Amino acid sequence: MNHSQAADKFNKDFDRTSWHDETLWWVRQKRDRAAFAIPEWEDLRNTASQIKHNVLSNLDTYLMEFEKNAKANGVTVHWAADAHEHNEIVLSILREQGIQQIVKSKSMLTEECHLNPFLAENGVEVIDTDLGERIVQLADEPPSHIVMPCIHWKKEEIGVLFHKHLGTPEGCADPSTLTLAAREHLREKFLTRRVALTGVNFAVAETGEFVVCTNEGNADMGTHLADVHIACMGIEKIVPKRKHLGVFLRLLARSATGQPITTYSSHFAKPREGQQMHIILVDNGRSRQLGREEFRNSLKCIRCGACMNTCPVYRRSGGHSYHNAVAGPIGSILAPNLDMTKNADLPFASTLCGSCSNVCPVKINIHEQLYSWRQVLTKSGHSPTAKTIGMKAMAAVLSSPSVYRFSGKIGRLTLSNTPFVVNNSLNPWYKQREMPEPPKESFGEWYKKNRK
Amino acid sequence: MSREKILAAVAKNKPTLTPLPEIEDFGNPYADLVAQFTSVLMTIGGTAVEVSSWEEIQQYVQSHFAGRRMVTNLAPLADMAQQSWLTSDPHSLDDVGLAILQGQFAVAENSAVWVTEAEMGQRVTPFIAETLALVIKKSAILPKMHHAYAQIGAAEYGFGAFIAGPSKTADIEQSLVLGAHGPKSMVAFLID
Repeated sequence: MNHSQAADKFNKDFDRTSWHDETLWWVRQKRDRAAFAIPEWEDLRNTASQIKHNVLSNLDTYLMEFEKNAKANGVTVHWAADAHEHNEIVLSILREQGIQQIVKSKSMLTEECHLNPFLAENGVEVIDTDLGERIVQLADEPPSHIVMPCIHWKKEEIGVLFHKHLGTPEGCADPSTLTLAAREHLREKFLTRRVALTGVNFAVAETGEFVVCTNEGNADMGTHLADVHIACMGIEKIVPKRKHLGVFLRLLARSATGQPITTYSSHFAKPREGQQMHIILVDNGRSRQLGREEFRNSLKCIRCGACMNTCPVYRRSGGHSYHNAVAGPIGSILAPNLDMTKNADLPFASTLCGSCSNVCPVKINIHEQLYSWRQVLTKSGHSPTAKTIGMKAMAAVLSSPSVYRFSGKIGRLTLSNTPFVVNNSLNPWYKQREMPEPPKESFGEWYKKNRK
Repeated sequence: MSREKILAAVAKNKPTLTPLPEIEDFGNPYADLVAQFTSVLMTIGGTAVEVSSWEEIQQYVQSHFAGRRMVTNLAPLADMAQQSWLTSDPHSLDDVGLAILQGQFAVAENSAVWVTEAEMGQRVTPFIAETLALVIKKSAILPKMHHAYAQIGAAEYGFGAFIAGPSKTADIEQSLVLGAHGPKSMVAFLID
């Protein structure tokens, strides 16, 4: 199912679509309040964007510097060229330990690599410990939003899910009660699992440390109780110096949820005594994207989700309609790099209004890249068939004055004499709106008559 | 080998080198750093308590948390709590009702408190306790994150965290619930 088909399905439930839309817009408004409270907000965005640009322009050196310092800190560093190699490395660490059960905190990279199904096939049980991720995991779904994984779920539905899996009272839909039940359920996992996997928000080349941000504290509960910590990161997560974290930590939570900072910004430098710490540096197409001049800035992304919360298409189509680990505007410029055929529909899932670029904390020109991807995809024969036919027809009409005049006349005649030909569900322009009253004559005809 | 392959691809595809920007600290807009810290902490679910002595902290703890298992590595509070926890299996801290630790310094803009492994005693302590109390010198409240990293400088630590308020989630219909996995409440004792 492509994006527009999936969005169609999502929109069948009008009230639910409006609820989804309003919930995300509320988060966008919280972001605005948090951002506007900082007079130097635009300076911060510029600075962050420039730091990330320097990172991209010197990434190989920074990666080697990070590796050297992390190793000196007693951390084992692995390199994975693609998703498959990443998954194999995780599995080999688990096999070495003889482990079949792990806890995991949020990592969009592992979603991108489809780690959970891979481990399941290999007999490893993964418990997602972020509340939202646990909810979608129990429901056997992927997250629909990178920051708020179950933003598409209603509390009553979560109540039913928890009643079935966690034994909460039937009909209970109180967020506090449900959260407490999940807390108890997951506390037992934290206390018994010996390997914890986390993502990485930032990795500092200068020191070899990496930072993981959560509100729940699940990354910390997992790692500080486990014998082995595995951290998975895309190679673009590097920042050159520790002091640069000050810029990004001011931007991240404000952009994501409107909080001044996440509850926990945990800096992991060395394994705890007796503990093993592994970092997996994953490429999976990032070095290729780095070589695409028009699209390389997408690698600046810090995964705050602000572009999704503001996007009129995301808000009214839901994260799952993007069929990619990262949904929304940023996902739509990252996904074609991963698979051009499978994700050719995504850059078209946008109005190009530019709101995404306006809120992006690292100033990625998202809407311009969406537009550029459309051109790349169309030139390489990946654009949707209906759109290609439509565009070709339009080009034929607009390139010939006589055909253009004739088509205009037919259009006006059809609208006034046989409106049912266009006022039906076969015409996408008729959805949720009436077709306009046709003018009696074209401007060309009027001009010919009135020219004196 | 993937390492060489990745590094070679990155080296080949990276853009022309651009310089790193200078990082400003953007100054201090707050006339009263303690007041700013206190008001932000309240909005994120924590409580700030101004005290003038360790006795006041003891009194507050006794009146609010009596009966709970307490752990601390702070010498002035040593007689209130047991010390053996520092070397015990971290899993055994599961039933800690209150952990009282030193915060190195705090940030007024976002109420984050910097705590490293040295102050934590055990890494899991500030995350596993039902309530976390951090003791912070009033003179150690800095305006913004840039001042915070200037303060940290090149310090070495195995683990450190900025902690801002209690553990929280809003994953169920954006309803804020305190105590997702870690502390259900957080107190900052601001001492002279």
